[in-house]
Amino acid sequence: MKLIFEKSVPGRRCAILPACDVPKVELPADLQRETAPLLPEMSETDVSRHYTELNQHVHGVNCGFYPLGSCTMKYNPRIDEEMASLPGFTGIHPLAPKGAVEGCEEVIETAKRYLCEITGMADMTFQPAAGAHGEFTGVLLIKQYHDSRNDKNRTKIIVPDSAHGTNPATAAMCGYQVVNIPSAPNGCVDLDALKAVLGPDTAGLMLTNPNTVGIFDENILEITRLVHEAGGLCYYDGANLNAVMGVVRPGDMGFDCVHLNLHKTFATPHGGGGPGAGAVGCKAFLAPFLPHSALMEEPGHIQVRGFRGNFLVVVRALAYLLTLGREGVPEAAQNAVLNANYLMACIKGTFTPAFDRICMHEFVLDLSEFKKATGVSALDVAKSLIDYGMHPPTMYFPLIVHEALMLEPTETESKETLDWAAEVFRALYELGYKDPAFMHAAPHNAQIGRPDEVKAARNPIVRYVKA
Amino acid sequence: MGSYVPSTQEQRQEMLQAIGLKDFRDLYRDVPESMYLDHPLDLPEGQSELEVSRALNGMARKNKVYDAVLRGAGAYDHYIPSIVKYIPAKEEFLTAYTPYQAEMSQGVLQSIFEYQTEICELTGMDVSNASVYDGATAAAEACAMARDRKRRLTLVSGAAHPDVINTIRTYSYGTNDEVKVIPVKNGKTDREALKAMLTPEVSAVYVQQPNFYGLFEDAETMAVPVHEAGALYILGVNPIALGIMKTPRDCGADIAVGEGQPLGLPIAYGGPYLGFMATTTKNMRKLPGRIVGETTDDNGNRAYVLSLQAREQHIRREKAGSNICSNEALCALTAGVYLAAMGPAGLKEVAESSMAKAHYLCRELMQLPGVKLRYEGPFFHEFLLDMPKADEILAALDQKGILGGLPYEGGVLWCATEKVSKEMLDEVVAIVKGVLA
Amino acid sequence: MTINPDLKYSKSHEWVRMDGDVAVIGISDFAQDALGDLVFVNLPQVGDDVTAGEAFGDVESVKAVSDLMSPVTGVVCEINEELLDAPENLNNDPYGAWIIKVENVTDTEELLDAAAYEAHCAAEA
Repeated sequence: MKLIFEKSVPGRRCAILPACDVPKVELPADLQRETAPLLPEMSETDVSRHYTELNQHVHGVNCGFYPLGSCTMKYNPRIDEEMASLPGFTGIHPLAPKGAVEGCEEVIETAKRYLCEITGMADMTFQPAAGAHGEFTGVLLIKQYHDSRNDKNRTKIIVPDSAHGTNPATAAMCGYQVVNIPSAPNGCVDLDALKAVLGPDTAGLMLTNPNTVGIFDENILEITRLVHEAGGLCYYDGANLNAVMGVVRPGDMGFDCVHLNLHKTFATPHGGGGPGAGAVGCKAFLAPFLPHSALMEEPGHIQVRGFRGNFLVVVRALAYLLTLGREGVPEAAQNAVLNANYLMACIKGTFTPAFDRICMHEFVLDLSEFKKATGVSALDVAKSLIDYGMHPPTMYFPLIVHEALMLEPTETESKETLDWAAEVFRALYELGYKDPAFMHAAPHNAQIGRPDEVKAARNPIVRYVKA
Repeated sequence: MGSYVPSTQEQRQEMLQAIGLKDFRDLYRDVPESMYLDHPLDLPEGQSELEVSRALNGMARKNKVYDAVLRGAGAYDHYIPSIVKYIPAKEEFLTAYTPYQAEMSQGVLQSIFEYQTEICELTGMDVSNASVYDGATAAAEACAMARDRKRRLTLVSGAAHPDVINTIRTYSYGTNDEVKVIPVKNGKTDREALKAMLTPEVSAVYVQQPNFYGLFEDAETMAVPVHEAGALYILGVNPIALGIMKTPRDCGADIAVGEGQPLGLPIAYGGPYLGFMATTTKNMRKLPGRIVGETTDDNGNRAYVLSLQAREQHIRREKAGSNICSNEALCALTAGVYLAAMGPAGLKEVAESSMAKAHYLCRELMQLPGVKLRYEGPFFHEFLLDMPKADEILAALDQKGILGGLPYEGGVLWCATEKVSKEMLDEVVAIVKGVLA
Repeated sequence: MTINPDLKYSKSHEWVRMDGDVAVIGISDFAQDALGDLVFVNLPQVGDDVTAGEAFGDVESVKAVSDLMSPVTGVVCEINEELLDAPENLNNDPYGAWIIKVENVTDTEELLDAAAYEAHCAAEA
């Protein structure tokens, strides 16, 4: 595909604005731009066709199966989009007077009430713009709590080795030393390993439950009790809440604060990498430490971004919550878990689950034996799936499983889709034994073959330069 | 009740049977009985699509949509071309995840590569990331990226947006680093005070251009002492102003950041917005966030990939400079479409027209008794006026469907964009005149 | 895999050669092979202190990053800037592509000779 700059024609443009109807004002010479920016010069037809062409080379969850583990790629309802594009929401200035924004505040308050109920928390902020941003906010709650008690010796955050990379990165951004603890053979927290590192220097623990291999940690109450006993706080990474919403609550598991990915669990679209929203909930004793906007609200609080957060994402999540309601929320979770277990059962006998037991909303396949036998790697299988029009699962994560493929079908896939997906996996398993070379070269029908990532990293070309 | 679960009750039973389970409770056998929810959530019953539409339309109607917005302060009401709303709403762009699988995501990757190029062009920088959350986090990330083992102190202009200053403070609180605010003199960063504050511990100086009061800073002259002190110079810029204003690169900036909302995104009660971030080749590997790079595929064809990933949290974990992964990709796409629809000429017109309207409004209001410009000096599309009966004026405008300037530090901070017609501005002046008469 | 018989090795796969009082440090062929195609090297600055057994920089491949451990304690007196533009030299010529030179060496980790290192690699492989 040509780049937009390669389609640009000097002097061409769209008709958007009227001529300026007030006298022009000159910028002082020393403030003026020296050369015009090289932006595309196009007609509206050119713009429309260019982006339509790009759009044809994108796979979204509303277009096909997308079992990307830990990303909860569920169907994104169109009504949620429509509600988020109402002028009564999009046209509201964040600093408009209180009387003019009652509807926005109602959206925020209602979503907050529902999500606090689902998580078992007392209060919530929507300021964080993504999951990692929510983690940052949540761990800053923990930090402020210890600081407020003048408890300065708590310098360590405990993170299991199966955690998402954002957990240790977040702890480091909050000035903490990261203590990685090994997982037990079943992927859950090793209680002895936890006890060994807990102490007066423990600030807190960051945990997902169900964890990153898709298993609910049955010792969860014991884990949070031990951390609290040591004087630390417990942070719930809500990446995997879709498995348990309406069934069991992080607050009841003993967690003190939690972030939710509204763009995963609550069906707001991911947009090819955002915007998301990382709502952060907390128990009442942490509520005074929640972030506020310096300009919109009272000063003297932490603040993780401007204004009140990704408001339109909250509108979408609220539309979703109103649709599902009290029965629909647990129904979604239960069917997410059912779909994962069903798909795992259908694949079993070919590729091997890393943990052969009932899983939650996702499961991990361990392809190390398959690779030994055929030479075909998890990467080769992933790339082969593309030829079937299926987005590959998460690859090589969690790090504790070798040759890992992590599948999360979500509740919005039908039995027919799961049966088809299982058939594709079975076919690829057989193909691995028959024609491994074909799989090494996959994908065969995609827009491009495998890209040379080494070349991209050694000689970075990160912008277009006119020849 | 609404639901997006497609499988029928019969199918659910079939599937349960296939995995050898009786009911849903069996799926949750690892959940201890003591915490398994034994009562329904305290949520209303699920609703049909029509009912949900009614409910949210009802909330939207409780907000007031103004005919004219003369308030900015970090959220700018520019005209959004129709095509800019339409393209990012396409189902594929909208519902894709981060482009981890390049073979299936060339459209997203190329759109980001084009966005990166446009941000480089606007700022004069060599490399841009794929976006961060908003202007405030872009500034905070830039301050974090400027630190090294020896230099940990950040200086922030007091004339920057209050939310930006507070966000920089919060990120620095995280890493236990110090932030000092450079005093403001006559509405601009006090250059003499800045010079006195430039000690060897200073890692970076953050200045906003134009600043929160709308004034143009002497951005270029400040670069000299900052660099002499061995610190990095970070400029936070308005991207519309960049249509006419000297680039951060030409002002000597090492890192350029800003709030991308004016590039085709609605004000939307504060978000989603778009943080842009660009720097020089020298600092490329310290830049946080996703970066798309160009390469070739195994047939030698041009291809785009997420590149330089070893900077990021999923590889570097606790040693990563930032934890960011999801950013604001769809907003970056929106900005890309906006910049393509406007082109260099259109962007220049938006900037010139916004500036002209703000100056017209300012001049007209200053004709009225008791109205004074608080700070002299060249300004872009915002200005702070001291005016009598400010509350009454704003209330009178509100009644006529006009959102007036923001009450701030005892004055009113006004903003005008190309979207407001001269006719409307004249009406505003007439209403203010009526109050002051 | 080759092992240069004239060099000493650390257990973390760096090699050391003493040029008079200056320790020249690189990574072994075994290390570069295990790391795969290297795409970037993060180097310390001249004048930085390094400590035996602690990281002085890191090397990046596309999907991983690995610390470079210093086998000696001392002060960095030279860095191989060529590697910033051509990290592939570490893959192509691991014993020619030195990474840093260290002076004022006050401490040295227990190092292996070529034979002992070969056995160490065999055990790890």
